[in-house]
Amino acid sequence: MTDSTDGRKDQAGAAAWSPAGLAAKAIGAFSKAAKRYRMEWWILVAGLIIIGTIVFMTIFPGIFTKFSPVDQNAGPQMVAPSAAHLMGTDNLGRDIWARVVYGSQTILGVAIAASLLSAAIGIPLGLISGFAGNWADKVLSLIMDSIYSFPGLILAIAFAAMLGPGVINITMAVSVVYIPTYFRLVRGQTLQIKEEPYVEASRAIGAKKKTILGRYIFPNVIATVVVVFSLNIADSIMTEAALSYIGLGLPAGIPDWGMDLSMGKKFLPSGMWWMITFPGMMIMTLALGFTMLGEGLAEILNPRLQEY
Amino acid sequence: MKRILSYLVARVVLTIPMLFVLLTLVFVVLRVMPGDPVSAMLGGHAPQSVIDAKKEALGLNKPLFAQYIDYLGQLARFDLGRSMILNENVITPILEKLPATIELTFSGLIVTLLVGIPLGVRAARRRRTGGDSAIRFFANITYCIPVYWMGLMLQMFFGVFLNVFPIAGRIGMRIDSSEFDRTGFYILDTLMKGKFLEFGDVLWHLALPSITLGLTLSGVFIRLTRANMLDSLKSDFVLATRARGVAENLVVYRHALKNALIPIVTMLGLQFSALLAGAILTETTFSWPGMGRLLLERIYLRDYPVIQGVIIIYALFVSLVSLLVDIVYAAIDPRVKL
Repeated sequence: MTDSTDGRKDQAGAAAWSPAGLAAKAIGAFSKAAKRYRMEWWILVAGLIIIGTIVFMTIFPGIFTKFSPVDQNAGPQMVAPSAAHLMGTDNLGRDIWARVVYGSQTILGVAIAASLLSAAIGIPLGLISGFAGNWADKVLSLIMDSIYSFPGLILAIAFAAMLGPGVINITMAVSVVYIPTYFRLVRGQTLQIKEEPYVEASRAIGAKKKTILGRYIFPNVIATVVVVFSLNIADSIMTEAALSYIGLGLPAGIPDWGMDLSMGKKFLPSGMWWMITFPGMMIMTLALGFTMLGEGLAEILNPRLQEY
Repeated sequence: MKRILSYLVARVVLTIPMLFVLLTLVFVVLRVMPGDPVSAMLGGHAPQSVIDAKKEALGLNKPLFAQYIDYLGQLARFDLGRSMILNENVITPILEKLPATIELTFSGLIVTLLVGIPLGVRAARRRRTGGDSAIRFFANITYCIPVYWMGLMLQMFFGVFLNVFPIAGRIGMRIDSSEFDRTGFYILDTLMKGKFLEFGDVLWHLALPSITLGLTLSGVFIRLTRANMLDSLKSDFVLATRARGVAENLVVYRHALKNALIPIVTMLGLQFSALLAGAILTETTFSWPGMGRLLLERIYLRDYPVIQGVIIIYALFVSLVSLLVDIVYAAIDPRVKL
């Protein structure tokens, strides 16, 4: 393409990189993909839109609301949703929409950090366990299976209670629950992949264990991990909110959807519906976004599922 | 029979390592983390000598490993120990609260199956129609609804706005539960004593919590039933049954569903721990006096033996259900030999 004597080719290239050209290309690729994947594709896109909107909200909260989430003079106490206060105000006179907007930072941050932490511990352990397959594998599998079969929330409650309130503590409590998820997935895949001919071949030409794990097994495992990661964030969102709902998560002063729900619960008998409706709806929407992303990815990556 | 027995024994023995791992984890976590029952009990201003005396009495001044060995020895004698805060055996509050949790969990499970299986079958029969999409959408939504929020919303609509269901407790304030409190399972107790009015009241209180718990888990079963029914409806034996002229409803429910049920039973075992987790949150939402509330109360008091006891009971509960599931599985699938 560096041949400058061919003017027409250059022109075509330039046109393709103009904004209009890019847009046309994107739309083309999009409709092609949409045709190919039908439903799954739309689920994925819908999930991405939900996540994108909420991520945007966490980065630029000031665009969405002029109130501070902790300002107790934002309005009169416990007023129903109105033009001035989109989602009403709570018992302390704080604007609920502002708390929803700023609260997204907490829940999204904790859920993503917790999922990353579980993956960072679970994936290497799963790789090593599946690859080594000796007594270490047996011990690790036993531990992980025990944790996995136990109700995760109870474990998270025990950890959160003992660690005390705090953003980092709640992240750790949530992540403990999901380490076995990654471990089991990666271990299972590793067991399968290490019997593949290409792994055998690399071993035959004298590749080191580290190379085999890092260059041949890990990249093949990661595709399924991506799907699970997205679904895992959805789960972590619900777990984080559950912990702070029962009063184990965060110190007062940090806006958080789960905490707002438990606050709203106290005023439920007096009919303050807006105090519980909106934070809960946000938890559901955010979890739904990540679930849709995960499900869309799963079906696109595994076309065999499309039959259903 | 002998085979079944040896299988059962093997299964029970296999749960011991699992209990052991969980116990060790909880034991270590409880003691490594800041805070202890003595300061939770006496407050921050007690003199050091009093604190030390109390710690000695509770055995908390021993090295961690010695405490751990003591505890294991105690467990081997099927003794959960005594509460560090209240003057009672650990098993006392657990036995008091366990029936409430079991009642809630099983009625939640019934709701889950009553919603999940028929909707899943319906979606499979109308594959790729509007009805199918609507059911699948419902399944996906319920999967993402936090169980406590579902509870709060139901409380708001049916408890506060319509005022037709109670929003807290297991039984009405005006009913004296000591009259029939024998097993702690109010459904059984009231029926055994022939107190039908009270029985109705118990069911009335149970309605919202079990619907809450059941609906949030139904999504998984809708999807699973649908997927398995699709397979089952496509199989040769269904074709053969249809060819014999068996009525369509019979084909679907008697023949196809029976085969699709096997993975559903397996899923039941897997989802049981989710059900227990959901039950804790439902208990919190509906002020239900069960194990979850006991756990949370004692966590604030740092009552180690009770916390450990509750966790052991939960773990036993999970293992017991998975054992039951295995037995049912073998019973309904003739291909599985124990």
